[in-house]
Amino acid sequence: MSMIFQANPIPAPIIEPGTEAYFDGARLGQLMLKYCKSCNKPHFYPRTLCPFCFGETEWKQASGKGTIYSCSVMPRATPNPYCIAYVALDEGVTMMTQIVDCDLETVQIGQKVSVVFKPTTEDGPPVPMFKPV
Amino acid sequence: MTIRDKAYIVGAYEHPTRKAPDKSVAQLHAESAKGALEDAGLKLSDIDGYFCAGDAPGLGMLSMADYMGLTKLRHVDSTETGGCSYLIHVSHAAQAIAAGKCDIALITLAGRPRSAGASGLQPRNWGTDLPDAPFEAPFGPVTVNSYAMVAARHMYEYGTTAEQLAWIKVAASHHAQHNPHAMLRDVVTVEDVINSPLVATPLHRLDCCVVSDGGGALIVARPEIAKQLKRPLVKVRGAGESVKGQLGGNVDLTYSGARLSGAAAFAEAGLTPADIKYASIYDSFTITVLMQLEDLGFCAKGEGGKFVADGNLISGVGKLPFNTDGGGLCNNHPANRGGITKVIEAVRQLRGEAHPAVQVKNCDITLAHGTGGFLGSRHGSATLILERG
Repeated sequence: MSMIFQANPIPAPIIEPGTEAYFDGARLGQLMLKYCKSCNKPHFYPRTLCPFCFGETEWKQASGKGTIYSCSVMPRATPNPYCIAYVALDEGVTMMTQIVDCDLETVQIGQKVSVVFKPTTEDGPPVPMFKPV
Repeated sequence: MTIRDKAYIVGAYEHPTRKAPDKSVAQLHAESAKGALEDAGLKLSDIDGYFCAGDAPGLGMLSMADYMGLTKLRHVDSTETGGCSYLIHVSHAAQAIAAGKCDIALITLAGRPRSAGASGLQPRNWGTDLPDAPFEAPFGPVTVNSYAMVAARHMYEYGTTAEQLAWIKVAASHHAQHNPHAMLRDVVTVEDVINSPLVATPLHRLDCCVVSDGGGALIVARPEIAKQLKRPLVKVRGAGESVKGQLGGNVDLTYSGARLSGAAAFAEAGLTPADIKYASIYDSFTITVLMQLEDLGFCAKGEGGKFVADGNLISGVGKLPFNTDGGGLCNNHPANRGGITKVIEAVRQLRGEAHPAVQVKNCDITLAHGTGGFLGSRHGSATLILERG
């Protein structure tokens, strides 16, 4: 039995003030992360003040590589099944996403994955999803 | 300052409805409040403290206080931590009573998600201004797959099995068969759970709680008042609360906020998990129960699967009777929030008023624990330890 990925319509993300660079990067195929200028740690989701020390933050491009931390497939979702996941990026932060472009039945925690940007509705920016390496 | 022994739960009422298309949410709040006042032997004009959460319609606290005619309020609190709000309300009511801010506090919950056709499969509309929404909403997070990712990680880390999770539902169903108000009264087997459709891997349909209309209310009062009433005494012995999120991207799904709220409650009560005769454990999903049992210290981290197996949560059979009303898994999950029913059944057990088939013998100490929000992203935790007498 298999459950080959088929795209669902993805709602365009709401772009809150301070997150524009993230989605500008996404249009260029770049996964952007926020780092603290004081403690140097990356964090996710992106904030203007570091959630570890309240220092000012800056954008840096991430490698787009990571490992599946957890995942769950909804086999009866409409119009198509999808696999929500947390992916631990090689940079050390974990982000919510979907696993795509594979047989969803075979997705496993611990799998290595890389980012792929998927289009959203209403001319919204693409959003980062991940496919098995 | 401690709240230990400073307040009593003197009234508790669970609305009997599970489907109420012809009643308003405000009406269900008021009917629940009336039931709790009658249970306590108190009247509407006695209330000088009021607590409600996000299920209260309109202007919330303001709308409900006005609707119900609460004209003598001198302390209010609308702490909103999802389904565990009402356990925090008991703690905050005890704090307010201990500080002299009120004498008799009312807590209400009500909602009609069943009549509204809600389920755990739909995206919730949280509105705008959410800091996390741009980075999560596109990926289809719903209630059930948030909890499912916690279950998947637990299985990966500790070897927990779907069969072990199923035992939690089996135990709840054994209790629900005795509750005439329960939505699901049929006893189910591990096989029934495993063979029910996968909703969000690894959770099956029978790993999920019911969607029900309904409500509930509690009355908390100062000791001098409680001792003048005619009902069996139920004392608030300890309480704890905490909030846990994604930790700035250091996501760790292996533990919940119960680790902190439970430790605080046990410390205040001067007790340990071995002292608990009955536990109400929030059961939005089977995995919710397993995580909380571990984090509260009823078993070691990773041992929850073994702990819940083989009927260990069934009253009269296992070592830790839980959710003897049938819980959210079988009985009731009003407003998609099970916190208040957790307290109500813990009170019934201490009073000796649970169904005789599930009443725990010599039940002198109980625990009620709630989780609100989403275990897989951000949630509140609240623990109460209650004592007879």
